Amino acid sequence: MTAELGLAALWLAAALALLQLMAGALALTARGSALGGIVRPVAVVQGLLALIAFVALICLFAVTDLSVKLVALNSHSMKPLVFKIAGAWGNHEGSMLLWVTVMGLAGGIVALVERRLPERTMLATLAGQAFVSLGFYAFLLIASNPFERLDPAPLEGNGLNPLLQDLGLAFHPPTLYLGYVGLSIAFSFAIGALVTREVGPAFARAMRPWVLGAWIFLTLGITAGSYWAYYELGWGGWWFWDPVENASLMPWLAATALLHSAGVLAARNALRAWTVMLGVVAFSMSMVGTFLVRSGILTSVHAFAVDPERGSFILALLAINIGGALTLFGLRASTVTEGERFAVVSREGALVINNVLLCAILGIVLFGTLYPLVAEAMGAKVSVGPPYFNPMGALFFVPMLLVLAVGPLLRWRRDSVERFGKRLLIPALVTGFAAVAALVVGGIALLPFLGLVLGLGLAVASVLPLRDRNLRRTPLPIWGMVLAHFGVAVALLGMASESAWSVERLVALRAGESTSVGPWRVRLADVEPVAGPNWTALEGKLEVRYGGGAEQVLRPQARSFWTPPQQTSESALLTRWNGQLYAVLGEQASGDRWQVRLWWKPFVTLIWLGGILIALGGVLAVIGHVASDLRRIVARGKIAYRRERQGR
Amino acid sequence: MNRSLSTPLSSSVAETLWHRAQVSRRRSTRTGLGACLLAFLVLALFAFPVVAQEMESTAPYAYRQLDEAAKEAKAQSLMQTLRCLQCQGQSIADSDAPIAGSMRSLVRERIAAGEEPEAIRAWLIERYGDYVSYAPRVTGLTWPLFALPLVLVALAAFLLRHRFRRGERP
Repeated sequence: MTAELGLAALWLAAALALLQLMAGALALTARGSALGGIVRPVAVVQGLLALIAFVALICLFAVTDLSVKLVALNSHSMKPLVFKIAGAWGNHEGSMLLWVTVMGLAGGIVALVERRLPERTMLATLAGQAFVSLGFYAFLLIASNPFERLDPAPLEGNGLNPLLQDLGLAFHPPTLYLGYVGLSIAFSFAIGALVTREVGPAFARAMRPWVLGAWIFLTLGITAGSYWAYYELGWGGWWFWDPVENASLMPWLAATALLHSAGVLAARNALRAWTVMLGVVAFSMSMVGTFLVRSGILTSVHAFAVDPERGSFILALLAINIGGALTLFGLRASTVTEGERFAVVSREGALVINNVLLCAILGIVLFGTLYPLVAEAMGAKVSVGPPYFNPMGALFFVPMLLVLAVGPLLRWRRDSVERFGKRLLIPALVTGFAAVAALVVGGIALLPFLGLVLGLGLAVASVLPLRDRNLRRTPLPIWGMVLAHFGVAVALLGMASESAWSVERLVALRAGESTSVGPWRVRLADVEPVAGPNWTALEGKLEVRYGGGAEQVLRPQARSFWTPPQQTSESALLTRWNGQLYAVLGEQASGDRWQVRLWWKPFVTLIWLGGILIALGGVLAVIGHVASDLRRIVARGKIAYRRERQGR
Repeated sequence: MNRSLSTPLSSSVAETLWHRAQVSRRRSTRTGLGACLLAFLVLALFAFPVVAQEMESTAPYAYRQLDEAAKEAKAQSLMQTLRCLQCQGQSIADSDAPIAGSMRSLVRERIAAGEEPEAIRAWLIERYGDYVSYAPRVTGLTWPLFALPLVLVALAAFLLRHRFRRGERP
């Protein structure tokens, strides 16, 4: 019953999306303008129906209704409740339902609250949103129905991949999806503005909170995903340029560029065509990411060719949406001018250079991710990994950091090197000093060296925009910018420090034996069996001491899940202000020795702290922008009220 | 975060088996968990040492570092750029798969014997194909990967020059 309710809601939502598209498109013509009134309510109801379908799926997973195929394939009655619920989106169909739900709700919110744009632009925007949604509804209903029944129902479900039974990962996909889908709103705004030729500051202001919101969620999603890989996979790696990681990085890079160009458009009415183009590119990257992760093409091109239905469907959606948007852009490009002009040495100039460099990094990541797939299709298997991405990315990232340090100090329109040059003296001195110190210490590879030196310089430079300001009157978006840029420096320092100074120790220990890693003494006290709700494990008890400090205990586990049967190692982490001790219990070696893997990673936590700071900066900016929009609306209302009273 | 979920487990059947597996234990409390659970536990326990011991004889350096720090660092940086052929998107330095263990051992043994990392990579590529190395070589197939940055730099330069030239006009 619940399943049928969910399916009915999904069909209805799809039908309303079609209505929203047609009414919105017709309302733009002279004869259909009467239809305009229904577009906003339809968008809201469509979002609510999608939400009903999603809640229905969560209920099915929560009660483990095994007569539903998706539940039987991905859940198990003995799983903890939180993972039963998270299991609803831990699979292909469920995650696509989450996608359309977020998309529908976001469209509904836009329809409810956005009143600044001309109504025709709003109609075109909502029609565009409906068009994109419709494609994904069709995908769900035709190629991946989450509510399909199974007759007879099996006695027990297949269970969820144990690696995914982890709180971090339960919330990682929804976070990323919120980001992906937020960019669909930016895409729709771009389409709406192109259709009605209203590309200007108002368009940028309407789009900006959505871009910022999406960007915050992408930042958090990437940060959480990186930390998850770090502690759950048991080898202490935090980024491997894996296609799945790149799939989340690409929309982030595009969104970062979009965010900055939308800022220029909102403040200076410049970079119009470029901003619209980035709006299209950013959502395209979301779809490319979804295609890579969801089509199965990453396992192998051949796996994709064997069961191409889903992959081809997403590919078709990608082609229709991107192709359509680019065609529209081509048709309108002649009427969208670039807007206000500016000099090379100006805030806009720095932002343009940063935008281009971000897009270049995006190009490297996109090309490097897709190239092995293309090569495999041509019959040759190659791998493209860190040895390619690290130096190639750095080629553009290093100049970008320099521009990032300088840009916020520049004036709009035109500035002179003499004026801002003096202000850069302190960060330049810090960078120089750090470089000398790092060379004296020695033994640091080129990339970590650059990271440490530029990270320190940037950390100082990023707070300089606050120097000549009255801190109480500094607008929140400025605080947000400073915090986010500082976060970039912090994350960079974490990455560089981990790469430069990590210490690894692999040993086979008997109970009672000791070893050392970096400044730590580690003693294996004991190995004991323990059990959880759906696993058993061997748990090592490690007594550790930092220098001559107090003794602390770490308990890494080697876990065995039984539905589905799989072994995982649960690492144990000990965090200090200056780094993390990372311990893993491996297999039993010969005799009564146990394999123990230990790492001391100085300042590694700065990587994720930096990610959180970047996201927090985004939050401050959103709050600042939305608050000033609200103030403007209230002020306008007051003026209108006063005029009305005076009129009487 | 996994700590809160775990509880000590044991029962009479499990106890005897634990002794046989020569695992020292301290606590012993009774919990009422099903027979299926115990059977699985037993299987899992026996599976561990067998696999581990097999591994040790054929791949002695899978989980053992080289004594000389400089050589270990060399081996480590090479291992991080070699693909584990059985896994999805992992280097041999980040995998518990048996083949990754044997490859780690091979890399460490050869580095210890004085071989250069790039010679080992070349040998592995000859044996397993280009797929095994995360560092793509410049070949007729992969040259576009290396031409891309040049193209991007040229494109960026062109775009920026174009834009700023217009911008400088008053």
